Parts: sequence; C-alpha cells; structure tokens
Amino acid sequence: MTMKYVDEFRDPALITAVAQEIARTVDPARHYRIMEVCGGHTHAIYRHGLHDVLPGNVELVHGPGCPVCVLPTGRVDDGLAIAAQPNVVLACFGDMMRVPGTKGTPLELKARGADIRMVYSPLDALKMAQDNPRTHVCFFAIGFETTAPSTALTLLRARELGVRNFSVFSNHVTIVPAMRAILDSPDMRLDGFVGPGHVSSIIGCRPFEFVAQHYGKPVVVAGFEPLDLLEGILMVLRQLRDGESKVENQYRRIVPWEGNHAALRALATVFELRPYFEWRGLGFISQSALKLKSDFAPWDSEVQFEVPGVRVTDPRAAQCGEILKGVLKPPQCKLFGKECNPEHPVGALMVSSEGACAAYYRYASTELRVEEEARA
Amino acid sequence: MRRPSCGSKKKRVLETGPAPGAVAPRRARFNDAQIEMSHGAGGKASRRLVEGLIAPAFANPILAALSDAATFSLGGRRVATSADGYVVRPLRFPGGSIGELAVNGTVNDLAVSGARATALMASFILEAGLPSDVLRAEVEAMAAAAARAGVPIVGGDTKVVEHGLCDGMYISTFGVGEVDERLALDPRSVRPGDKVLLSGPIGDHGITILLARGELDLEANLRSDTRSVWPFVEALLEVCPAGLRWMRDPTRGGVATALNELARDSGLGILLREEDIPLRREVRGACEVLGLDPLHIANEGQVIAIVAADDADRALDAVRSVTGGEGACLIGEVRADHAGTVVGITLYGGTRAIDMLVGDPLPRIC
Repeated sequence: MTMKYVDEFRDPALITAVAQEIARTVDPARHYRIMEVCGGHTHAIYRHGLHDVLPGNVELVHGPGCPVCVLPTGRVDDGLAIAAQPNVVLACFGDMMRVPGTKGTPLELKARGADIRMVYSPLDALKMAQDNPRTHVCFFAIGFETTAPSTALTLLRARELGVRNFSVFSNHVTIVPAMRAILDSPDMRLDGFVGPGHVSSIIGCRPFEFVAQHYGKPVVVAGFEPLDLLEGILMVLRQLRDGESKVENQYRRIVPWEGNHAALRALATVFELRPYFEWRGLGFISQSALKLKSDFAPWDSEVQFEVPGVRVTDPRAAQCGEILKGVLKPPQCKLFGKECNPEHPVGALMVSSEGACAAYYRYASTELRVEEEARA
Repeated sequence: MRRPSCGSKKKRVLETGPAPGAVAPRRARFNDAQIEMSHGAGGKASRRLVEGLIAPAFANPILAALSDAATFSLGGRRVATSADGYVVRPLRFPGGSIGELAVNGTVNDLAVSGARATALMASFILEAGLPSDVLRAEVEAMAAAAARAGVPIVGGDTKVVEHGLCDGMYISTFGVGEVDERLALDPRSVRPGDKVLLSGPIGDHGITILLARGELDLEANLRSDTRSVWPFVEALLEVCPAGLRWMRDPTRGGVATALNELARDSGLGILLREEDIPLRREVRGACEVLGLDPLHIANEGQVIAIVAADDADRALDAVRSVTGGEGACLIGEVRADHAGTVVGITLYGGTRAIDMLVGDPLPRIC
C-alpha cells in the first residue's frame, strides 16, 4: 500500500532521524517561535501529530495562509448577494460552502433555494456557463497565488471563447503583504518562517528575501509531507543557531527559485493589485489582493452586479489577530471551543480545516474538549 | 458448524453501571433553523437532529439506546428491528446499486445488534418517468441480495410522485430479527484494555460513489463493499460470544463517527494506531487528493467490534477465516484515559484527536 511521492516523505525512520537532528540543533535554554505561513502546513502538522515530534521549546505559530480563513464576512455577503439574483448560479470551492456570511453559509442559502454549486476548478464553472447559456455563472474565486493562476487562465479562456454568461468574483490575495503586516506588528514575536510551498511554486523564493534582509528572520520554503516540514523547521533552526537569516528552498522538487513564469504572465495579464483589502483577523492591508483589470470588466462580477460591499466586523471577543501573530495559542482565545467551533465558526481561523483553530480543535484539543463536554 | 472455542454459551450478564470514569453521555440539542444536507450525513449534525428533535418527541426506553437497531422483548424473546431509507445517486455504481444497499444496509443494522435478519419489508417511492427497466433491475438486485443474505422480503409499499419530485427512486426497508441469546451488546460493557477489531479496508463505498458521479476527473479501480456483514458477526459469535462487547457497521460518518459515539456512550477513550488501519491504495490516493479523512468515509460491508483483550486474537482469526474478511485487523484499544474521545497514534508516534464527521463530504451516498 505504498504511494509514490508520498510515502518516501512519511518514512518513520527518516522522520525520527530528522527529529533527532532537530533536538541536537536547538539550544535548550532558548524558546523558538517559528511560523508556518501556509494553512496546508498547519493542517499537516496536526494531521501527522508533528508537534509531538518536536522539542518542547520549539513552538509552531500558525500563519495567515488559509484563504478561506482570511476572507472577511462582508465579502461572503457580497458573493451570496450575487447568488440571490435571479438566474444566477454561484460556483465555489467546497471549502467555501460552510463559511458563514451574516445571513448564513452558502450551504444554508443553497438549502433555502439559492443555486450554489460546488466546483473543483474554475474551468468547471466556465463549462457550466457554456452548458447553460441562459444562466449566468459567477465563480467565487478565493485563494493565494496558488489558485489565482487557474482563475486567470479560465478568464483568458472565457474571453477567447466569447463566453459572456460567466464572471469571476475575485477574492484572490497575495501572501507577501500579509507576512509584512505580521512582521510590522508591534507584538510580533517570531524567530523565523517556514515559507508556503504551493504559493512559492508560482511566485518563487525571491519575494521572501525582504524577510531575511530587512527583518533578519530566516525563511525556508517547504513542502507538505511530514519529512518536508521537519526538514524545513530544521533548516530554520540551523540558520538561527548559526546567526544567519536567508531564504532557503527545501521544496526544490516543486518550487523553482524564480517561480513559474507562465503562471505569473497569466496573473499579470488578468489581474492588478487592489489599493487595499480587508483580511479577517489582520484588518486592512494595502496592495494585498487582486482585482480584474478593466480589460476583463465584462467578466468581473463586481462590475456586472451590484453588491452591498458592507464591512462586517468579527465579534470583539474573537482573538484571531493575536493567534495569527503568535501572541496567543488557539485554546487561549476566549471563544475557542465554546461559541466558536468548527460547526459554528465565529472567528476566521475556525472556518476552514486549514485554519489554526479548526486544526487545533480537530486534532489536538482532546483534553479541552473533554472539559467542554463535562462543563455542558 | 464450528464449536465455540472460547467464552460461555450462557447469556452473559451485563456488568452493571457505567465504566470507571464514565461521564453521563450528553444528548445534543437541536436549534438549527432549517434542514441542511449535513443533517443527513451521519455526523454531528445528524446526531443533533435525531437526539435533539426526533428522539425527545418519541421518548421511550427502547428508543433511548439510539443504536443501529431497536431491541426489545416480544413473547419472551429479544427481537431487533431496524428501518432505513436509501437515496443514493447514482442508482447504480461499481460493486452495487440502490437495491442491494437497501437490503444489505438493514440486514447489517440488525447484524451488528446481534440479530440475523428473519424478514424484510420494502417501501418504494418512485418518480413518474422512471424507466420500468431501471425499477426491474433494482427489484431483481434486491431479490438477489436478499437471497444471498438468506432473508425473505415479505411485504412493502409503492408510491409514485410527480416527475421532478424525487431522484428516480428512493427505497426504505424495514427488518426484523431475533437477537442471539448469548449476546449482551452494550457500550457500557466496554472496558479499558478491550481491542478494536475492523473487518477490512475502509472507505471503498464512499469513494466509489464519489468517483461514480463523474464530477471529478479521477478514476480508480474501486468497488463498493456493499454486502451482508452477518457472516462476520456469526464468526465472532462462534468464538467469543462473551467477549463481544459492542458492534457497529460504520456507514455514513465512517469509522471515526462510530467510534466517537462509542467513546461518548461508554465514557472511555479509544486509541487507534493509524498504521494498522486497513486502507486500499486507491482510497488512500483519492483521500489524499481530495483532502478527505478515510476514517470519515462511509462503508457498507464492514464491522467494527469491541472485543475483550483475551479474545482478540481468536476473534481476529475468526473474521479472517470468513470470505471477504481476509483484511481484518486489530486497529486499536479502549483506554481509561482520553475519556470520551478517539485519539490516533500517527506513524511517528505523535497523537491527533479523531473527531466525528463535521458537515458533509459526500452527499447522498446511501
């Protein structure tokens, strides 16, 4: 029952060897806070129980790299307002279906009759539009540079084919400004970063150089298997031991240093940076999101539809921002596991399985959940 | 017939009272404004619906157990009954069809309650416009599955609704059987140290249905595992009737949800060793690609049994000796710590909590 390109990176003997090397590398007198930027990393850490493999003084802080988590409620409301228009199908990724807007999740609105469908690729949404020429299909686009190129290619294809009953509601965001916002935060307490493997396969490693040069923090771009992650953490710890700060690439089998030129070209053709965009838990960050260029206005849902565009703030008790910056751990939030749980997320990080709180709740909070059951 | 090789043939007296450290199981409240697909997915939302809305209205001592089948005394005999509805799309899929599921599903709910099905009844809701050949094929599939399970279908009902009001056909089946008198299955009889036995690889059914929909560009050589699990139960009964504490066929919500219910009802912890959980390559690959946890994926022909530690090896051999049970494994054990939860030991010795299914990864799989 082996799986090629997976099992090689889950070999317990190799994992143990890297874990031992990590133990030899750390200074027992020092506490390390390393942020894994990407939600996929967060999920993998909990899924494989990697926190149990690391020394107690190496703390992993879960970063903002979960596109569903950082999507503000107001944008969900806007998307759902489009879905409520007559003769419109809203197509979105499965992750979006349980993200709550103020009047409910896409799943709840679907149950009330809105035509909201799950797709696995924006191209599926385009095909849906071609197959249903009398219906308008709006694709609710989310994601970092990982998913943005497929949205861009879909839009190029829509233009080429002249499909006019299709549009994109772009909520694509870019990772670098969010990292900068975290680094600039006064309560930031991080020692280094495990860089996002999938995003870097598009943008390459160069965009992270400012973290090493200006902020003096190591960045190691890493893959998503247990061995990748541990090796990435080891490389960060080695830089810290040696007093270095540079960008390294652990995920060379996927990530070219300069990125993917074809994907970057498609992004540049279709998208431009928004002046600012709101991130759940982090607030407004300038030049951190992508909108369609005016050439693509006929396919831009924000041009084609009236949306409320109302900002909705998270409940004040939700401490998502502090958790994102590593000031608090998920169970230290006042709402964690109580008002805020994966079935009824209040804050951003409980929304998707890649969110720090949801991953923590799902995989790590055994004792806490028992206490919670006992209390109720 | 094999002679029992362990345990006693006399009816086991249920060890009284909850296990040490048990917390009184908390029943869920239902405050949801409307019915969602997740209420039918067999996970947390389904539990809320049944425990919070339906069970309180019907409250009675037999229903209170909320197990796969209701067991009660009738004329001095312990009888198990079970009813189940089938709404799967597509109607036919590799390895089975809605008709086969409708028979095997109810047979299995009875089987894991310790009862061999004596008779089934079937109710059909048909959509106007359904080709007669489609219905004929399903009725024949039901007849064949019933014959394989050795149970007659003795009655039923048919209704037709307007075109567009149902997805081809829905089937409900009802079954009755006599509970084996040697058994006293009860989550409260489970003790720390007991072993978790699984009859074979998990996730085949759920992933087969997902791929059969054709909505993903994924193909795999997979078949639904739909079948009667009575032969497994019978084999266990033969070798360790006294050591058999609890059984479940892990359908919607998968192994994780079934074991979480046990953890909750017994007040004990369940520890699973992930490397010991049998899983086909194709299922594992599909789950990796789609981001699903195989422990949440539905099965239609597997049994999870909690058996006393002393009987575990004999029980495993017995299940493995049944055709289709060759892949059976002991996947974990019951613990006094981690009370009320299911915990996985990962390949690297790390731990992770294994929760019930939240939401609905695969709509309408049975």
